[in-house]
Amino acid sequence: MSETYTTPGLQPERAGANLPELTVSEISGAIKRTLESAFDRVRVRGEISGFKRAASGHCYMALKDERAVLDGVCWRGTAQRLSIQPEDGLEVIATGRITSYAGRSKYQMVIDSLELAGEGALLKLLEERKRKLGAEGLFAPERKRALPFLPEVIGVVTSPSGAVIRDILHRLAERFPRRVLVWPVLVQGQGAAEQVAEAIRGFNALPAKGPVPRPDLLIVARGGGSLEDLWAFNEEMVVRAAAESAIPLISAVGHETDTTLIDFASDRRAPTPTAAAEIAVPVRSELQSQVLDFERRLLGSSVRQLAERRNQVEGLARGLPDPQRLLQEKTQSLDDRSERLQLAGRSFLDRRGAELESLGHRLPHPRQQLRYAQQALDGARDRLSPAMQRLVTQRRQLVERLRPLPPRRELAHAVQTLATCGERLEPAMRRVLTARKDTLDASKRLLETLSYKGTLERGYAVVRGPQGLQPRAKDVRKGDELRIEFFDGAVTALASGGREASSAAAKPATPPQPHGPAPKQGKLL
Amino acid sequence: MADTPATAAPVAKEDVTKLSFEEALEELKDIVKRLESGEGRLDEAIEAYERGANLKQQCEKKLQEAQAKIERIGLGSDGTPTTSPFESQ
Repeated sequence: MSETYTTPGLQPERAGANLPELTVSEISGAIKRTLESAFDRVRVRGEISGFKRAASGHCYMALKDERAVLDGVCWRGTAQRLSIQPEDGLEVIATGRITSYAGRSKYQMVIDSLELAGEGALLKLLEERKRKLGAEGLFAPERKRALPFLPEVIGVVTSPSGAVIRDILHRLAERFPRRVLVWPVLVQGQGAAEQVAEAIRGFNALPAKGPVPRPDLLIVARGGGSLEDLWAFNEEMVVRAAAESAIPLISAVGHETDTTLIDFASDRRAPTPTAAAEIAVPVRSELQSQVLDFERRLLGSSVRQLAERRNQVEGLARGLPDPQRLLQEKTQSLDDRSERLQLAGRSFLDRRGAELESLGHRLPHPRQQLRYAQQALDGARDRLSPAMQRLVTQRRQLVERLRPLPPRRELAHAVQTLATCGERLEPAMRRVLTARKDTLDASKRLLETLSYKGTLERGYAVVRGPQGLQPRAKDVRKGDELRIEFFDGAVTALASGGREASSAAAKPATPPQPHGPAPKQGKLL
Repeated sequence: MADTPATAAPVAKEDVTKLSFEEALEELKDIVKRLESGEGRLDEAIEAYERGANLKQQCEKKLQEAQAKIERIGLGSDGTPTTSPFESQ
């Protein structure tokens, strides 16, 4: 089978023939061409070892099994698109071609893609990665941030197509419509992990007040799938991006039973994308009714509190005496006292007056006294007679027992005196009254005599001028209207004589000459 | 110095409009509890009521702001994010 390895382009020479002399480069090139044509596409299973990413971006590693080692290289452009991130110990199936590196007399595999070798290997890797990242503290509970109660803007990192984004948007709209920014990413296959990590970082990098609002909450979501389908969310770069996100992040990858590493790094894990929307926002209608309830209680408690205070105040006020009433009582008391004070003086006088009057009443009128005296006298007289009778009888009996000598004359004299006194009393009184009446009549007559009317009756007259009574002739002026009163009436007269009325001032030298006789008046009395 | 976020003073008492919905609701809840307990001075209660009424308005305002707007992030030629209306594919 040596022919199989005959390098094409080189003429096979017989043994012992003069072999052409090749340069190292020529043989290296020949080997390279041979290798590349024979192994231009191979799949090799092995464990990655000695992984190294060079500054150029190229990745170098070795695939090994129990007995052999195969160097491998992954050029930069390819390395960025690998569906899994190579790391030591990873059991992978590498796809690529075999080539040589002439510079170092090496052959190696140029890897186009890497896939994990079997689920067992994946789970093993997952466990190791989880342990490693956990040891770094990426999953620590204290790193978890609280989710905002009501985010204004929600950033969603997921595939723009499919049920996941629809479920999320639908549930958000049902609960509390919000502004949602969707950052479309591949969620599986090559480049998915990079896109997801880039989206998380991209949201975090948005300026707080830029044209694109920075979300208050992120949701990283993907629907269910196999372990391989979800693998991007186990990648370290995704896990780190989630752990480093300053924006609180909800992971919702796969179904309830699927757990990816991003779930450990996120602030909250949602079992499904729909659940993520439920975690993200509260139900608006519930909040509205809660606010309404608070409003009602706020109003109710305030009103109640005011009412309680009012009741307290009123209760206390009832304990206080009404100041106005107090004042009124005092005022009344004052009024009362001052009135009594005023009255006291008058009342004192009145009382004395009343006493006086009472005493006066008790003082009988002289007539009454006379009547009393009369009565007493009558009584005495009445009693006197029988007494005298008895006395007389007694004495008579005595006398008769001794000698019959009655003192009749003395008794008769006393009776006579008494009768005379009684008779004299009435006329005496009448005389007194008559004397008084006469005095009164005399006075009345005197009064009538003294009245000028009486004088008029005797023929005199009263003259009244403009100034009233005109007792002097010198006061009468010529032309004065005089009123002459006779006893039976009055007449008016015009003075034809007397002083000149108008010339009195003009001719003061001229003495007033009476013209004509002034009414002659005699002496009044 | 003035805008050190770590030491940012808590939102001023009277500035209700700066409160988030959650903060406003929480404070409203506290006020309602306090008023319902019937303790404190009357002027404080009146003040609390006024504050509560403002908080309730703020809560309602925030609840009114419920408007769905769905946008899709795209990266411009210079790598800056831009938005365009989102349409589910």
